[in-house]
Amino acid sequence: MNVRRVVASVVLTVVFAPLLALAEEPARAIPLPQLRSGKEFVSAETRAQQDDLTVNPGMLWVDQGEKLWREPAGPAGRSCASCHGEPSSLTGAATRYPAYDAGAQRLLDLEGRIQQCRTERQKALPFAYEMQPLLALTTLVAYQSRGLPIHVDISGTVRPAFEIGRRLYYEQQGQLNISCAQCHEQNWGKRLRTERISQGHPNGFPAYRLEWQTLGSLSRRLRACFQGVRAEPFEAGSSELVAIELYLAWRAEGLPIETPAVRR
Amino acid sequence: MPATRIVVPATAKKGDVIEIKTLINHVMETGFRHDNSGKPIPRDIITRFTCTYAGEEVFRMDLFTGVAANPFVAFTTIATETGDLVFEWTDQHGVVTRGQARITVT
Amino acid sequence: MQGSFLQAQAGGFSRRLIIAGGLCVLVLPLSDNPAQATPESMAEAMREALGTEVSIKAGRVKIDLPELAENSNSVPLKISVESPMSTTDHVKTIYVFSELNPVSNVVRFHLGPRSGVARVQTRIRLAGTQRITVVAQMNDGSLWSGAANVVVTQAACFDGT
Repeated sequence: MNVRRVVASVVLTVVFAPLLALAEEPARAIPLPQLRSGKEFVSAETRAQQDDLTVNPGMLWVDQGEKLWREPAGPAGRSCASCHGEPSSLTGAATRYPAYDAGAQRLLDLEGRIQQCRTERQKALPFAYEMQPLLALTTLVAYQSRGLPIHVDISGTVRPAFEIGRRLYYEQQGQLNISCAQCHEQNWGKRLRTERISQGHPNGFPAYRLEWQTLGSLSRRLRACFQGVRAEPFEAGSSELVAIELYLAWRAEGLPIETPAVRR
Repeated sequence: MPATRIVVPATAKKGDVIEIKTLINHVMETGFRHDNSGKPIPRDIITRFTCTYAGEEVFRMDLFTGVAANPFVAFTTIATETGDLVFEWTDQHGVVTRGQARITVT
Repeated sequence: MQGSFLQAQAGGFSRRLIIAGGLCVLVLPLSDNPAQATPESMAEAMREALGTEVSIKAGRVKIDLPELAENSNSVPLKISVESPMSTTDHVKTIYVFSELNPVSNVVRFHLGPRSGVARVQTRIRLAGTQRITVVAQMNDGSLWSGAANVVVTQAACFDGT
């Protein structure tokens, strides 16, 4: 037996195996069959409020979205309807976000994608994150996918962003020095004061949050989490926050979209 | 004008008790909150909600600061005739938001 | 959920609300700070709404409130009152009172024979763990009441967004 050959193969395997692992499907801390939507961590009354669309306050934003969908904007007076027809034509779209956008040449969340349409196609003034019109349109579009499973693509161009998102998810942050994983992976189901910690999935957003007394975006919810551990939040729409959103969407593979969800 | 959502059955049999649900997008600012600089945020609430059915008031609600934001109400009325149900939300400044739904009664 | 009517401490005061069934609520002067809601300010609000020499019977009012509120900003409240809702016998007004909120009046519903049934739903704010009292006034002026206790806790994480 040629010892040099054996040593060479061992060295090559040790060097290249991690790189091979990087190109493969990453390991999941919570196995897919154990995924639980945030819906399962709120009270029965709150769940009922979400399920009954005649009482769900988030529907106010879906209705608003439907009006805005038909409103002409920009110098050419184009509305969303001008290109997309009915909102239902976007059924399934929200399940794929965040996604790489060829036009913007970067990873965009759903809000960012709608912004893209507004500025590049309608040539109209952009809406800032958390502005009511953007919330309404995002909620309308995500609502078209209500009940459909999340499935994002983390291959190719977006893989580095996925890795950044994952790293940030496991990084301890803020004065409380806690990472997302410490609550939502290691301690989900346990109580923090009187609340049961959820697995922290994004499938209900934009969501009506009782604490906010209004509907808000996933960016807002994540920024609130950063504040919760006394860390400086990333800006809404920033590449870091969208990278985290991509990681969260991958982590929530298969969970149904519940927009507009009702959360505490 | 704040967004409203009105849920009324499109049709009903005469004499049926129908349930009506409404929502309005309104912050219902209590006047007890303070902004980041410590200044009190002034009270701004809807104070009254009415439902008129074919011209007659069939339901009225007086709202105070203890009603949750984006006020929701469910109430009942007897389906008496085909006609318009007119809903009015009045805020503390007297500004009225109106909504409407038609019901066909057979 | 029905409960017995609120009971306050006795003292030497001039006005009284007499409740049938042996329970008493005394009207005390309003506290200086309206944000410091008390059972006394609730009694004052009730006196203003219902009158002074009135008799309120416990019963006929069914209240559906969660025992533990998910969030103090929005708690679903369902009320139904036993009544034929006929022209001669119906609920005119449903009053909801809080013993802890800065404003004792929470909401009022005005019904009538055209309501068919006396059943309403809304969502209310609760300033803390407390008892909510509901009084139904009939067309003949008679008053019926029910009450429910709700535990309200603080949110686990600070949200400054």
